Amino acid sequence: MKLEATGLRVSYRGTTTPALDDVRFTVAAGEFVAVVGPNGSGKTTLLRALLGLVPATAGQVMLDGRPLGDWSRRALAETIGALPQREEPAFPLTIEEAVLMGRWSRLGPVAPAGPADRVAVAEALARCDLANFERRGTDTLSGGEWQRVRLARALVATPRLCLLDEPTAALDMGHEMELFELLRSLVRDGLGVLVITHDLNLASRYADRMVLMHRGRVVASGMPVEVLRADMLSQTFGWPVAVTQWPDGTPQVHPLRRPDATEAIPRASFPI
Amino acid sequence: MTAPRSPRSRLALPILLIVACCAAVAGLLLGAVAYSPSAIGAALRHGGGVDATIIREMRFPRVVLAFGVGGALAVAGAALQALLRNPLAEPWLLGLSGGASLGAVIAIAVGLPAGLSVAACATLGSLAAVALVYRISSVAGRRLDPRVLLLAGVVVGAFSGAVTTAILAMTDPFTFHSASMWLFGGFGRATWPVVGQFVLVAAGPLLLLWWLSRALDRLALGDETAAMLGVDVDQTRRLVILATTILTAASVAAAGVIGFVGLVVPHSLRVFVGPLHRRLLPAVFLAGGAFTVLADAVARTVLRPSELPVGVVTALVGVPIFAVLLRRSLR
Repeated sequence: MKLEATGLRVSYRGTTTPALDDVRFTVAAGEFVAVVGPNGSGKTTLLRALLGLVPATAGQVMLDGRPLGDWSRRALAETIGALPQREEPAFPLTIEEAVLMGRWSRLGPVAPAGPADRVAVAEALARCDLANFERRGTDTLSGGEWQRVRLARALVATPRLCLLDEPTAALDMGHEMELFELLRSLVRDGLGVLVITHDLNLASRYADRMVLMHRGRVVASGMPVEVLRADMLSQTFGWPVAVTQWPDGTPQVHPLRRPDATEAIPRASFPI
Repeated sequence: MTAPRSPRSRLALPILLIVACCAAVAGLLLGAVAYSPSAIGAALRHGGGVDATIIREMRFPRVVLAFGVGGALAVAGAALQALLRNPLAEPWLLGLSGGASLGAVIAIAVGLPAGLSVAACATLGSLAAVALVYRISSVAGRRLDPRVLLLAGVVVGAFSGAVTTAILAMTDPFTFHSASMWLFGGFGRATWPVVGQFVLVAAGPLLLLWWLSRALDRLALGDETAAMLGVDVDQTRRLVILATTILTAASVAAAGVIGFVGLVVPHSLRVFVGPLHRRLLPAVFLAGGAFTVLADAVARTVLRPSELPVGVVTALVGVPIFAVLLRRSLR
């Protein structure tokens, strides 16, 4: 199972430069890909285009060897679990109701949820550290809890691929680490994962491949060591960075403080 | 807005069914002439006499029509609220009712014969209003934005309201009176053929909306999330707008404009049965029907032998209920 984009170009109305330009991208089952880049570099547009939510003006997206347009929305939802960056339910739901919606594309319009569905919901909630939250209301949750409910909803359909837009944005350190560990273990079980994130260092430690985007283009793609290079990152993010290494060799990125004559803060005072 | 509600929600549908039956019985008993339960029973057993005929040929169809129209308006309101992600949405606010009443008033003012032709004009009016709202809010190549749709609906509703008032200002008192029955609604025209027409037109859209329950649930989370969860957003939106338009047009054609049912009933019931439409829509149909039957019974009795427009009663009763529920849900 592989999701593949070639020569992908997406233009939004009223803009002169395309949001995506000549993008080549793949994510396959059993692979963990992190997409990074500054704000407005096209990460979310890429995720939308990979799901067929914005029309491509050029290039194409193939899922499992078939053009995306040949897939029904329902079949897509059964194959790809996805997490949008933001959402707010218009009417408060219970957690169980919210997570069960992840299985509706499988259940169809009227079939009632059976015991297997409820077990799947309980398992997905437990995996996201929300065991026994079924009866709580979505309007009683913290931002991080709601984020984990939505992740459980993406996982409950047992998809082959999972596309997540900044899934750790509202999470504390512990839950952020747990989420990356969870994704890693799902990847070991054969799930293909695309994560959009601003945390370059966690991406570096968990992802098999990283894709660095800038102004709608892929400027670097490959193993974390190949992508996280100080010169390229400084240029892309418009800020000086230093890159060090964990003992296991994964690169770690450190943004530098701006040198200030009056405060005399030492520049890059840590070993590089 | 509290969510834990599972013990109550299981009982909601049976309770509503009982309430609906009680409302229907009350609707048969009350009116310009109050009947005893035994007279109703005699009429049901095809007894003779004037009373039995009045019950069979006037009161029975009236109760059935009020139930159907109230239920249909409430279901249309619930579906529009999910589609537009806005608890304020209802056929009224989308300009549907405004267009329908304009159509009816034009028909009356031009002197078309009452009954079917006025109903047809009301239907045409609401279809025209929807077409206009749709046209205003859709820009080539862009998805329909729920907020724009709602704004366009309000604007079209206000415009048709202004035109309606202008026409009424230019007509004679008699036309004004017969038009006002459309503007505030009433079931005085209820006969079995009218009931038959209404059921024929409304049954399909009601079933279609129930079939789309799970799509509506997901649309209430936002278009992008709905699409990610397997909903064909554009197609679903078109179907929901089509179904609610037909329901509104059929309701206006049968009974004029009746406000507040589509707003108050879904909002009140979400508190008890939760927001999932597979259960909410049947519950809303029963409650909307019962509410309208009772409102009609009140409209027939308080000023007897003359009648109050039923829309006046739904507003007089609906608004306080709504205000109380709104405050409770915020706590």
